[in-house]
Amino acid sequence: MALSDEQIERYSRHILLKEIGAKGQKKLLEAKVLVIGAGGLGCPVGLYLAAAGVGTIGVADADTVDLSNLQRQIAHTTADIGKPKVQSLKESMEAINPDVTVHAYQKFIDSSNIRELIREYDFIVDGTDNFAAKFLINDACVMEKKPFSHAGILRFQGQLMTYIPGQGPCYRCVFKDMPPKDAIPTCRQAGVIGAMAGVIGSLQAMETVKFITGTGTLLVGQLLTYDGINQSFRKIKLPPCDGKCAICGEHPTITELRDYEQPACELRL
Amino acid sequence: MFITVAGEKKEVKDGLLLKELIEQEKVQTPQYVTVSLNDEFIETADRDQVVLKDGDTVEFLYFMGGGAWH
Repeated sequence: MALSDEQIERYSRHILLKEIGAKGQKKLLEAKVLVIGAGGLGCPVGLYLAAAGVGTIGVADADTVDLSNLQRQIAHTTADIGKPKVQSLKESMEAINPDVTVHAYQKFIDSSNIRELIREYDFIVDGTDNFAAKFLINDACVMEKKPFSHAGILRFQGQLMTYIPGQGPCYRCVFKDMPPKDAIPTCRQAGVIGAMAGVIGSLQAMETVKFITGTGTLLVGQLLTYDGINQSFRKIKLPPCDGKCAICGEHPTITELRDYEQPACELRL
Repeated sequence: MFITVAGEKKEVKDGLLLKELIEQEKVQTPQYVTVSLNDEFIETADRDQVVLKDGDTVEFLYFMGGGAWH
């Protein structure tokens, strides 16, 4: 597939990069990425991946846009309140770049449908806000041998890591199991600075583009943390899987996906 | 002795237990924080037996949600 004149102009700043070039841009156009969660993280990820010309992008979220989302979920506008988030995000992505195909899945992703869904994609982005979804995405990606980007944000803090099958620890290697309900504050309880979603979501988009184009070093075996109060980034080295992990270890004890009880807090501010 | 905690060099008393360091650092919800010592994860149950040594590096890895989902 040759790039059209319009594509050459649209993606000229990518094509100029020796690490990407026309070859890398074609890889992006042929790539399929699934973004789970169309909120704080999913919005910048979706917008940057659409702008980058990732050819097929799935976005999954069951929720509708709420006024309290607009402080950080930058693909949604005031006029989108009440609209399904996936529809609003899809419209924003297509407005930036009609060159990409966006599949909107307005549904809950659970143990019954996640494996089938992620099978269609090359790379998965976890933009969810709760640990039930994070463990589900991790376990499903390990089972289906799919790479994914994990991220979390809270208050002035953010973190991300990348899982590549067979190359480094998974999310469960690090965090083991679901924390009990209300043990860990959520953004809804504790707040989050809006730009944190932009910083961390953009870093997830960066990991995705690097994975697709085979550029640079991914955050495999490393947890990148960002502290907005002190403006400091740190990379924490993660030990390799010790073989005992319940999902990616040598003798996994988790052989079927399960839906953990949703621990999301009901408090709305 | 000196150890490095979350990237910062600190002087602590000799023979400090990992469990004591976690208390000193006022780590929130410590039972749900993953702790690594010199790039190895330490089981939660082992924290009161691990004696820190000069030059050790300790990291705390926190659960973080965020994003969107219902």
